[in-house]
Amino acid sequence: MKKVFSRPKSLKNVAFHYCAGCGHSITHRLICDAVDQLGIRGITIGVPPAGCAVLAYNYFDMDMLEAPHGRGCAVATGIKRTLPDRVVFSYQGDGDLAAIGTAETFHAANRGENITVIFINNAVYGMTGGQMAPTTLLGMTSTTSPPGRSAILDGHPIRMSEILAQLDGATYIERCAVNTPQNILRAGRAIRKAFQYQMDGVGFTMIEVLSQCPTNWKMTAAESCRWVDEVMAQTFPVGVIKDIGKGERHAD
Amino acid sequence: MQIKTVFAGFGGQGVLMMGYSLAHAAMNEGLHVTYLPSYGAEVRGGTANCTVAVSDEEIASPVASQPDFIIAMNGPSLMAFQTRIAPGGAFFLNSSIIEGRPNRTDVSLFEIPAAGIASDLGSPRVQNVVMMGAYVKATRLVSADTYLKSLKSILGGRKKAAMEINRKAFAAGYDTID
Amino acid sequence: MDKTLISGNWACGEAAIRAGCRFYAGYPITPQNELTEYMAEHMRQAEGGTFIQAESEIAAVNMVLGASAAGARAMTSSSSPGISLKQEGISALAADELPAVVVNMMRGGPGLGNILPSQGDYFQATRGGGHGDYRTIVLAPSSVQELADLTMDAFDLADAYRNPVMILGDGMTGQMMEPVVFGKPRPRHYSEKYVLKGSGEGKSRFIRALILDALRMEEHNWKLVRKYTVIAQKEVRFETFRTGNAKLVIIAYGIAARIAKGAINRLRDSGYKVGLIRPITLWPFPAQIIRDTAERIGKFLVFEMSTGQMLEDVQLALEGRARVSFYGRPGGVVPTPAELAKAIVQEYQR
Ligand SMILES: Cc1ncc(C[n+]2csc(CCOP(=O)(O)OP(=O)(O)O)c2C)c(N)n1
Ligand code: SF4
Ligand SMILES: [Mg+2]
Repeated sequence: MKKVFSRPKSLKNVAFHYCAGCGHSITHRLICDAVDQLGIRGITIGVPPAGCAVLAYNYFDMDMLEAPHGRGCAVATGIKRTLPDRVVFSYQGDGDLAAIGTAETFHAANRGENITVIFINNAVYGMTGGQMAPTTLLGMTSTTSPPGRSAILDGHPIRMSEILAQLDGATYIERCAVNTPQNILRAGRAIRKAFQYQMDGVGFTMIEVLSQCPTNWKMTAAESCRWVDEVMAQTFPVGVIKDIGKGERHAD
Repeated sequence: MQIKTVFAGFGGQGVLMMGYSLAHAAMNEGLHVTYLPSYGAEVRGGTANCTVAVSDEEIASPVASQPDFIIAMNGPSLMAFQTRIAPGGAFFLNSSIIEGRPNRTDVSLFEIPAAGIASDLGSPRVQNVVMMGAYVKATRLVSADTYLKSLKSILGGRKKAAMEINRKAFAAGYDTID
Repeated sequence: MDKTLISGNWACGEAAIRAGCRFYAGYPITPQNELTEYMAEHMRQAEGGTFIQAESEIAAVNMVLGASAAGARAMTSSSSPGISLKQEGISALAADELPAVVVNMMRGGPGLGNILPSQGDYFQATRGGGHGDYRTIVLAPSSVQELADLTMDAFDLADAYRNPVMILGDGMTGQMMEPVVFGKPRPRHYSEKYVLKGSGEGKSRFIRALILDALRMEEHNWKLVRKYTVIAQKEVRFETFRTGNAKLVIIAYGIAARIAKGAINRLRDSGYKVGLIRPITLWPFPAQIIRDTAERIGKFLVFEMSTGQMLEDVQLALEGRARVSFYGRPGGVVPTPAELAKAIVQEYQR
């Protein structure tokens, strides 16, 4: 019988601590698949964040350096400039990347740092227990926007991918989702392509992942998958947001 | 007198409410009391616990390295805490859903089918209050009267019907102890 | 008086609002999230109240700087890693002579560390923390009641000395619930002349920390020092516990002091003559009472949930007049009174 599905070699054989139905676990797997397919495990260095993924080094069987909250792009910059021939990625949540780490992210993209950012957008601060995130949708309740996010008091959800795409240093930015089999396959291809761009030395790449957080969304896993399509993607449409095309040969 | 109790179970079993209601009642009896919840990453994975210390003098540490009483609402909680209970202490087990029994011989054991009783009352959610009925009767830390008054003020604005079912649950648990 | 069973984080928020705090900016971090969340709910309901979840701790403290200059009683809160980021703003508040209350519910460090109760930020809190020659008044509560009371006092102290005041609690102070009786709201005494409201031609004013001329900068520093000297004379707070006929005195603050009291009560029951000095202000540090106690007592034991930071202030206070030993559990470990009692007995019998 032909084996069609197995654990990626780069993913350690340990149980995730993530809640059932969490998008982090799926995305971890996709990153490891991409690393395996490209055969780059020995030259890849990851930068996990403060956030639910803070323990990512327990799952990724590759070198990893934890960044202080929000500083992933700065830390990754330091690694990449020191070891330009390695593949360096930072893995960041929405609070991490779009609130406290906005400046680092923005300027890494603007410098065209040759790194890849995996941006987990779950519209909430997961790790700290469900506070409002920069990506929280208007009207969405959280522990720090109890009546629902108000544009006047709390501002609007930030579309980081669209903003960073404006910067000349950014080469490839795609927003994906991990809520359906098709979307998962597409997200996997996008991550692989971003790593390819980096290996070609093209510049800053980012894959945003709309990621279920059933726990803080107070939904079942299935409900949260539907909610991504029906509600979240209205504010954060999935698709390629920028592609300078240099890596066309890698496109799916 | 200083008594420390750990309440532990699944997130949805109302474990924190059990500790809070005891702390509230102890306060209303004029006792010193501290309530300490588990927090942060511990909470992920769906288990919850809290520690309540009740004393007639100032409480030094709200932490219980050796709790006198442990209320285990599910199996994993029994496993997690059975080595820590103080010699001579007592376990209150939600015996309708916990299959195992403590491996300790130096402690007492109250097997309270709280989940079962609550289902029979038509409201599985009040299994925590059933257990509190048994706990209050067995430990005599606070009077049933004070406890029910506290429970009422905690439930606050909620419907009368809610208090009624809780009162029934408490009485049913209370009656499991002779 | 009605008692409320309430967590430290909530009690701190409630006390702040009762003290007239009308501006709060914060950023989520465990173990103080409930304080931010309390403010999210209640500051919006308080008349004229503003709650902002800032994009970072740096932003939050600088929002407080602006609100304070504009005349609001203002507060921010965080836990250790976030307090590191606030240092820029705290230094600026001190330089600008602006009142503000900063709450730190300490957790295990250094770095991200963990989210458990710890006392590793003593140096940072009492030495100013940020850059430059300045001081922050530091208040260390050991119960939820005291946290509520000190929170209200903190706003008065901040106004009186136009200086940032830090409340130094820890994960336990923030998370645990105890019965609390809240103090009555007090009127604010703060001169309008320090408030920027817009003044127009000929009367315009500015607040700034940049003083390029060395002599003027020096004078500003000495002016701050004169203020700090008054604070050090007038605002020292401490508690003594069973030191009467003691042969050995423990020095501990915050949660550690409670544990010490438990250990002392046990030891007293078995005949050991031990007592406690509990600094309530960590800056200004109660050095005098420690020196005075050393006239009668030759042995001190400093107990901290750190590797030994307040220890240095005790040594400085004593200047070799007495023997000082240390017991510490850093990293989020909370020792039991029994464990501490053992360490005390060892030192007692030495
Ligand atoms: C300086 C600092 N401030 C705050 C925190 C607390 N903190 C840890 S993770 C986090 C945000 C988590 O949200 P997000 O980045 O969206 O990741 P998620 O958990 O949702 O995946 C915060 C505020 C910290 N570790 N350091
Ligand atoms: S809280 Fe949300 S983001 Fe965090 S592990 Fe659970 S589901 Fe995932
Ligand atoms: Mg998030």
